[in-house]
Order: sequence, then C-alpha cells, then structure tokens
Amino acid sequence: MPSKQHITWMKVGIFIAGLYPLLRLIFLGVTDHLTANPIEFVERSTGTWALVILMVTLSMTPIKLLTGIAWPIQFRRMMGLFMFFYACLHIVTYAWLDHSLVWVDIVKDIYKHPYVLVGFSAFVLSIPLAITSNKAMIKRLKGNWKKLHQAVYAIAILGVLHYWWLVKKDLTEPILFALVLAILLGTRIYYNYCKSIHNGQNVNMKVETIS
Amino acid sequence: MLILKKSDIVPSEITPREVYDDRREFIKAAGFGLVAGAAIGAGFIPKNAQAAAPRQKISGYIKTPYGSDEKPTSYEDVTTYNNYYEFGTSKSDPAIESQLFKPRPWTISIEGQVKRAKTLTIDELMKIAPLEERIYRMRCVEAWSMVIPWIGLPMAQLIKWAEPTGNAKYVEFISASDTQTMTGVRLPVLDWPYVEGLRLDEAMNQLTILAVGLYGEVLPNQNGAPMRLVTPWKYGFKGAKAIVKIRFTETMPKTAWMKAGPSEYGFYANVNPAVDHPRWSQATERRIGGGLFTPRIKTQMFNGYADQVGQMYAGLDLHKNF
Repeated sequence: MPSKQHITWMKVGIFIAGLYPLLRLIFLGVTDHLTANPIEFVERSTGTWALVILMVTLSMTPIKLLTGIAWPIQFRRMMGLFMFFYACLHIVTYAWLDHSLVWVDIVKDIYKHPYVLVGFSAFVLSIPLAITSNKAMIKRLKGNWKKLHQAVYAIAILGVLHYWWLVKKDLTEPILFALVLAILLGTRIYYNYCKSIHNGQNVNMKVETIS
Repeated sequence: MLILKKSDIVPSEITPREVYDDRREFIKAAGFGLVAGAAIGAGFIPKNAQAAAPRQKISGYIKTPYGSDEKPTSYEDVTTYNNYYEFGTSKSDPAIESQLFKPRPWTISIEGQVKRAKTLTIDELMKIAPLEERIYRMRCVEAWSMVIPWIGLPMAQLIKWAEPTGNAKYVEFISASDTQTMTGVRLPVLDWPYVEGLRLDEAMNQLTILAVGLYGEVLPNQNGAPMRLVTPWKYGFKGAKAIVKIRFTETMPKTAWMKAGPSEYGFYANVNPAVDHPRWSQATERRIGGGLFTPRIKTQMFNGYADQVGQMYAGLDLHKNF
C-alpha cells in the first residue's frame, strides 16, 4: 500500500485528470473546433464523460475483489463527484444552451421522451449522493450512508439506458458501456453470492482457487 | 490547416494530376501525420477539421429563384457534418472516410416500369436537361437543419426522359454499397444497400432534384457523389446518396430506414412539427452554423414547402403516414 503522501499526490493527479474533459472543451471552444453543431458536441461530450467517470468510479470495488488491492477505493468519492460535475454540465447544456431555459418545453421533453426521463432521473438520484459526499455526512448517516450510496447502481443503469435509447441506430458505444457495467455489477453479484454460500470463509481465498 | 480555400483555379487544373496527388500524399503524410496526428490523438482537434479533396467547378447551370432569400450554411459545415452511414456513423466520418471513394466513372441503371430502361453514365444523365441551382433548406430527422445551394437535374426531367409505363406508381433509389471503398458497409448498421423511395407524383414534383453539385462545384464524396436525391420537404435521410439504380415500381419500395425501425421511420418522412419521432420532438430544430448561444428555431410544416407539396397529401392522415 502506498504511503499517505503518495496517496495525496495521486489524488492531485486524479483531480487534474478529472479536469481534462472540461479543459479540452474550453480549448476546442476557444479554437473554434466544436464541430458544426457545438451545442450537440458539448452535450454529448459532457454526457459521455459523466458515464466514463461513473464506470471508473464503479470499478474500484471490483478491483479490490479481484486483486485484493483496496487502496484505490480512497479515490472513489472524488471520482463520483467528478461524475456529478460533468452530469451537471450536461444538464446545464441541455436546459440552457439546447433549450434556452424554456421550461415548458423542457418539462414536456422530460415526460414525453423516455430517454430524457431516464437520464433526468439518473441526475436527480445523484444529487443526494453528491450532497452527502463529505466526511461530516458519512459520520452523521453512519450505516445509512452506504445504503444511500448504493443508489449509484441505479444511476449507472439509468445512465446507460439513457444513452442506449437516444442513439439513432449505431448502438456500438451504448453496448460497450452496458458490457462494462455488466462486468462491474456482475463481479459484485458473484462475490456476494460466494459470500452468502461460504458464510464466514475468506472470500479472497475462494477467488484464488477459482482463478 | 490544409483546407483548400474556395478559388477560381483548382490546383488540380494547373498541376499534373500525378504530381498533384503525390504532393498531396506527401503533405498529408508529413503535415498531418506528425503535427495534427498528435493533436488529434490528444483529442484537441476533432478529426473533421482535415477534410480536403480537389474541388471542381461546374459550368453552365441555371440560377433559379428557389431559396434566394436564404443564407446558405457554410461550405465547411455542409461538407464536414454529414450523415452517410456507408462511411461511418459519426458525422465527421464521411468527410474523412470517403476520400478514397471513386465517383467516376459511374453508371446509373434506369429500370423497371419504363419504356426507356437503360444504363447511363453520370455524364450522359447530367445532359438530359439543363442543371439548375436550387437553394434548399434541409431538415434532418435528428432535429438539425442546414441551407444548401445544390446543383442538380430536376427529377421530373429524368422521368419524362425515361417514359414510365402506366404501371409505375413509385420510384425506388438504390445506393452504392461497395465494401472495398465504403468502410461503413462492412458493419450491419443498416440492411445494405441503402434504399429510398418516392411516390411517382412526389418524384415528379418541381422541388425534387437529383443533385450533382453544391456551392457551384461537383458534389463532394461525403455529400453523396456523384449523384444524390434531394427532396427538401422530407427529412434528410430520404436523400439517397451515390445512386446506382433508379427503379420504377408498382409497389411501395421498402426503404432501408423502414426496415431498420418501422415504428420510427415511415415511407413518407415528410417534415412535420406536429408528429414527433417516437423518441424525440420534431417541433423545433437547430440551424447549423450558430454558436453555443444560438436558440433553436421552429420547424415548419413540410419544412416550409407546403405551397409546393401540400396538395399531394390532401386527405392523407399524416399521423399514420409519417
């Protein structure tokens, strides 16, 4: 396990990496490279990055389960907040740039179109998670914190569904996200299953015999 | 970057073709291979910024009043933001992936219920009647739009030339589907070849043209060279590109998009703000060329061409026949 100092530096590194998608958009905007349809580009880009970061966030536990390396879990909350940050940019782009804050149109769009509805639901669900992502709240909510943050699984499924349903025809990217998510969630389900039958046994030992 | 600016002299006219091509290859290899390649790899320059192919002017076409009050979308946007799945499903793909596509020599087969079933070369076909410039709005089913100064042959002229028999009720347009040069065709995204269709009266409509150029120049590959269909009151996907067959039929053609999603894409595909796509609204559209803060505009019935085409659909339930 890396030293505390190393972890701090890694957190700084991840923070800077987390800003890359935003800096890239700003750079492309300043150099007039946001394609012929800049609003769509920003909308797609922020949405895609929110999903990518969510997948990375969700892979910390499977990494621990598969390799026994647990320390990356310390980065999970920051990553989750980055996901929320890009989801916010995505929503702002949608409501402000794409729909000029015409609320009637936006409300209609949300209830009439399933892909918007699931995407919006994912965003709403992620708000309480973002609000409770600090040490004070973890202490205050105790056991409930973990329960609350299990909503991230629903957010991920809704997020991938959102992408799946908005694509016109070529499902390659939504399928990739769905596969990644299936592996990430499947690993958890598998280990929970093993844990339930070998109650009390060391789960990591069990893996070694399998692999 | 390497984008050729619009000018009266096309480089390919002054420099021998082989030398020119070699030079282009060299510039490509040296220029973007090294510098831009790194930038593209890092995601700092979108791939569509480097579409450059020799451009050729078309001479002797008639200017028409169609769309003379419209402000055309920039050549850059018209030629780098394309839906042309034969060259990939991303909008920036066609401009890049279609570079090796050869739109000449090219033949088009006129077949089916016509007296003059014949295979014509593209150049013969372009001489059937004078070419006309038509500035049309184009509304994509994805809720964005452009204004494009097309040059084309009025479809009615070709139909008159082909002399359809009394059995001809529809016209089917079949596009090229060459796995060698069209990379997208290797994937089963749609049931290739791309097929589109019109009712005979729609095909005869004064607005319907077979476009062979845009902006006064030969049609770029990514826009459907050498010849594509343009029906401005219908969603853009009706515009079959790189047409190889025009078939006059008795029965309604089964189009590629109808096969791909019958509940989402109908035969008519008329622009209609009152009938939503099942998954998204068609009430408004984004005009390409605006900035981050340009609002959407309202979509018009038949894309604003109701006067010219409305009478063809009198009595037809447009909610059912979408």
